[in-house]
Amino acid sequence: MAAVLALSAVGLSLTFGVMRVVNVAHGEFFMLGAVLAWVVVQAVPSAPLGFVAALILCPLVVGAVAALADTAILKRLNYDPEATIVATIGISYILQQGALSFFGPDARAVEAPFSLRLQFPWFGYSGYKLFVVIAAGLVLLAVWLFMTRSRAGLVMRATQVDRNTARAFGINVDRVYAGTFALGAALAAVAAVLIVPIQQAHYLMGHDPLLLSFIVVIIGGLGSIRGTLIAALLIGLSDGIISMFFTPTLAKIVATLAVALVLVFRPQGLFGARA
Amino acid sequence: MLVIEGLTAGYGGAPVLHGVGLGAAPGKVTCVMGRNGAGKTTLMRAIMGQLRASSGTIHLDGEALHGLPAHEVPRHGVALVPQGRRLFGPLTVAENIEIGLMTRRKGRAVREHVLDLFPRLRERLNQQSRTLSGGEQQMLALARALCLEPKVLLLDEPTEGLQPSMIRLIRDTVLKLKATGVAVVLVEQRVEAVLEVADSVAFMAQGRVTEVLPAHGLTPQSPQFATWVGV
Repeated sequence: MAAVLALSAVGLSLTFGVMRVVNVAHGEFFMLGAVLAWVVVQAVPSAPLGFVAALILCPLVVGAVAALADTAILKRLNYDPEATIVATIGISYILQQGALSFFGPDARAVEAPFSLRLQFPWFGYSGYKLFVVIAAGLVLLAVWLFMTRSRAGLVMRATQVDRNTARAFGINVDRVYAGTFALGAALAAVAAVLIVPIQQAHYLMGHDPLLLSFIVVIIGGLGSIRGTLIAALLIGLSDGIISMFFTPTLAKIVATLAVALVLVFRPQGLFGARA
Repeated sequence: MLVIEGLTAGYGGAPVLHGVGLGAAPGKVTCVMGRNGAGKTTLMRAIMGQLRASSGTIHLDGEALHGLPAHEVPRHGVALVPQGRRLFGPLTVAENIEIGLMTRRKGRAVREHVLDLFPRLRERLNQQSRTLSGGEQQMLALARALCLEPKVLLLDEPTEGLQPSMIRLIRDTVLKLKATGVAVVLVEQRVEAVLEVADSVAFMAQGRVTEVLPAHGLTPQSPQFATWVGV
């Protein structure tokens, strides 16, 4: 849970950090990834092959949809912070109702690519869940290397600091924004493909990831990848433990209370820079 | 040669520049002077394409710059050292220089040349640029702009808040650039600094260029400075 949440939250954090866009449609990009994973696995029924195809194709398709939404809608609003909130609410409804129309209201299960139970001396653990943790960790490492070591990551970080000065050095900010929005959505899609063998794909499944991703990025500090990872670990673990021993509702109450405390005592988040 | 004719531009629907005309020749330093709010920085931003001109033209060696997207203007050989430096603060010195080299193919040679001009930056390549001193930050802002190998360099108040030794370094750099044929447009408030390097001085007031005079005919006591700059 924490690993997948970290992936989704880093996507949201990147979008806000670089573009200053609060992407309310982030949860629906997650949902779209899960729904498309079901479609791909149906089209390629061979167990590991279908899942691998979904893991590659779904982020690409969702990223392309996000880039299209950026170019067609957000760019025309000149990335105005308030207007883009309203616009992404609209995008979220379009995606949600599109999924309902083409995919139907039923929850659909996707089989895990392999079935393996790891037996430890005191307890057993799902091999697939361990795979999810490792895969999410590898994707996050790749994102970190991309942001800190690649030329494209450098361009994104420069644009994040000052988009006008970036333009004065030949950086096409519109293209950077489209790429960032696509990358953020693609990360949500990767998270969704990984989680869909554990939770079923459903057109309303985007609400929880959106809420939890917002909780994570607010606690971690908007735009801070390090803070997002640590907050994802804290919220993911607490959500899992409280849900298991008490109720999922209590887990959400605790997470929301944590956000309230952070907003009161440290509004910039645990690792965010003060505005 | 940079030629600006009848340029009108501003913020939103409110024009700040009204029919501005100005030229900057290769190997010459054109200084732009005026009181606060005269439109000097707006002119720099309009040349860089950051503000859309509602009328008028900007040409560089016959090529139209007006109407180009802002990220295309530096590719045509125009570089800006903005007021307040506008470094990418969380990025290191090396990364700021790397951003300057984005449009260059032979980046390594240009990088070495720029670091030879400002050896102090070479010692601080891995330091975050926001932790540099004011003078070092201005060196980096200049170095980053020179990475573009500009035909025209726009300097917006580069000596603001700097100590005398750093002001001398910037003056020497401007003179070196002038000698290599770069057209320099310098926005400056200090009369002495202007007269040391300028070939011509354009005075601005209320968004218009009111007078353009050769610098050799001006002294610190010339009435134009009192009239248009208030010094």
